[in-house]
Amino acid sequence: MMPADAMPPVPGVATTADSSTKRGGAAIAADPPEPFVAKIAVRNLNFYYGKTRALKDISLEVPERRVTAFIGPSGCGKSTLLRTFNRMFELYHDQRAEGEVLLDGENILHSKTNVARIRSKIGMVFQKPTPFPMTIYDNIAFGIRLYERLSRGELDARVEGCLRQAALWDEVKDKLSALGTSLSGGQQQRLCIARTIAVRPEVLLLDEPCSALDPISTAKIEELIYQLKSEYTVVIVTHNMQQAARASDYTAFMYLGELVEFDQTRKIFTAPRESRTEDYITGRFG
Amino acid sequence: MISLYARRRAVNVLASSLMFLATAIGLFFLAWILWTTLRLGIHAMHWDLFVKDTPAPGADGYGLRNAFVGSLILMVIALVIGVPVGLMAGTWLAEYGGRSRSAALVRFVNDIMLSAPSIEIGLFTYAILVAPMGHFSALSGGVALAILMIPIIVRTTDEMLRLVAGEMREAAIALGAPMWQVVTRITWKAARAGILTGILIALARISGETAPLLFTALNNQFYSTDLKHPIANLPVVIFQFAMSPYDNWQQMAWAAAFIAITFILVLNVCSRLLLKGTVKRS
Repeated sequence: MMPADAMPPVPGVATTADSSTKRGGAAIAADPPEPFVAKIAVRNLNFYYGKTRALKDISLEVPERRVTAFIGPSGCGKSTLLRTFNRMFELYHDQRAEGEVLLDGENILHSKTNVARIRSKIGMVFQKPTPFPMTIYDNIAFGIRLYERLSRGELDARVEGCLRQAALWDEVKDKLSALGTSLSGGQQQRLCIARTIAVRPEVLLLDEPCSALDPISTAKIEELIYQLKSEYTVVIVTHNMQQAARASDYTAFMYLGELVEFDQTRKIFTAPRESRTEDYITGRFG
Repeated sequence: MISLYARRRAVNVLASSLMFLATAIGLFFLAWILWTTLRLGIHAMHWDLFVKDTPAPGADGYGLRNAFVGSLILMVIALVIGVPVGLMAGTWLAEYGGRSRSAALVRFVNDIMLSAPSIEIGLFTYAILVAPMGHFSALSGGVALAILMIPIIVRTTDEMLRLVAGEMREAAIALGAPMWQVVTRITWKAARAGILTGILIALARISGETAPLLFTALNNQFYSTDLKHPIANLPVVIFQFAMSPYDNWQQMAWAAAFIAITFILVLNVCSRLLLKGTVKRS
């Protein structure tokens, strides 16, 4: 599903005060420039947990170098959709996907597609911070060493660069040899983001990255997401509608395994076409 | 209402007292065993135990050097065989087998092995190693101990690896890491204290085993490091010397028992400390 009518870019924050307060009271990000280039294209995707059909005929295009949010009530399939993008579901033998997910035109789901290469291009950050049981430095270097053989100096520079990009460098530069688990929750999550961008992916999948964090850490991660979209295509699954409104350019609303509506975030939050979207956003269900 | 409350209180007091009694009985016998071993063992401690070999029957003197070295050799053989096999099998169960039928079958068989009488393991090793070789040997003793060790290591490795958060595995796989690297560099590392504890517990368990050694390593009056020949070891020394008519041999049996029990105590304390360290970190 493409966003309906391509709107001309709106300068500044494109919210009129009344519409934003009426629909949840959140600040809404500025409209992204149009038109977009599709980085990931989902075509007629169906997903099954055993015999249960969890995704029903999903089609949408994720724009390049934009932030796309998947929202919807629990169990609507937003995380499931995200996990097809890097074939994470393949770890579990009763899960299967049918249809196409194209990354720059190449079908990710095709059995001949090299899954390690796909995962080097599409990084993922999880709900719970998952630092590896090793030093902060090695947490970052682990991914780099999977793909590249660098000299010590080059590796040091890459690790520093990633930590800077994840806005963590100043907090950890004096304790790179401390365990990753010794950091606070918010720092751990930024470490995980740094670790993910260390392998130089093109797409970042964020699966509810802030749901285990306090508001200050959440604000830092959102700021980081804003910085990252100049270089990466970001897809974020979130339970928090204010977060989707603040941090994303495009929003997909999902319900019971279906994609109900996909459009510019401002339109979804101010003038949704579907009544179900409006009901969810205004808190009438979910 | 009040009678219901009073009844519940009475049942609570009764149950607590019974549990306290049960704990006290258990601790009483443990303390008694430790005290007796300590009293008679300390009395028999002698420097010669560590530097001289077993004296001839009827001769004076003390010496258990051959038994200490023999036990050490048997444990090393058991570790060399048991740790890789147990670690690999436990890793397969947790990381690859998961909830599949074949993994469930392996777990079931492993549980049977856990409770197998050790004398049968000795008999089995006798049939497959001692009988074909024609004589008792250190090697067969080590193999018998390894067979006893493996199911314990399999079980603890499996359980400890399954405690590692699935998200950590997924995070490593999402970076594009192949499964073997996820296992060797992430999950083993995350579970290492628990796995090591399992190995120490297995070692403690086999260090007192006597029955399988009677069929395999037997005993040796003399110092030997030859894997193809019978070898002295603490459990069989305790068994044989305690029933001997010689006073100095009986003394040595107590000394050996004291040292063996101390060794097991130290292993158990070490494994406790290891686990405690992990809990604190996470």
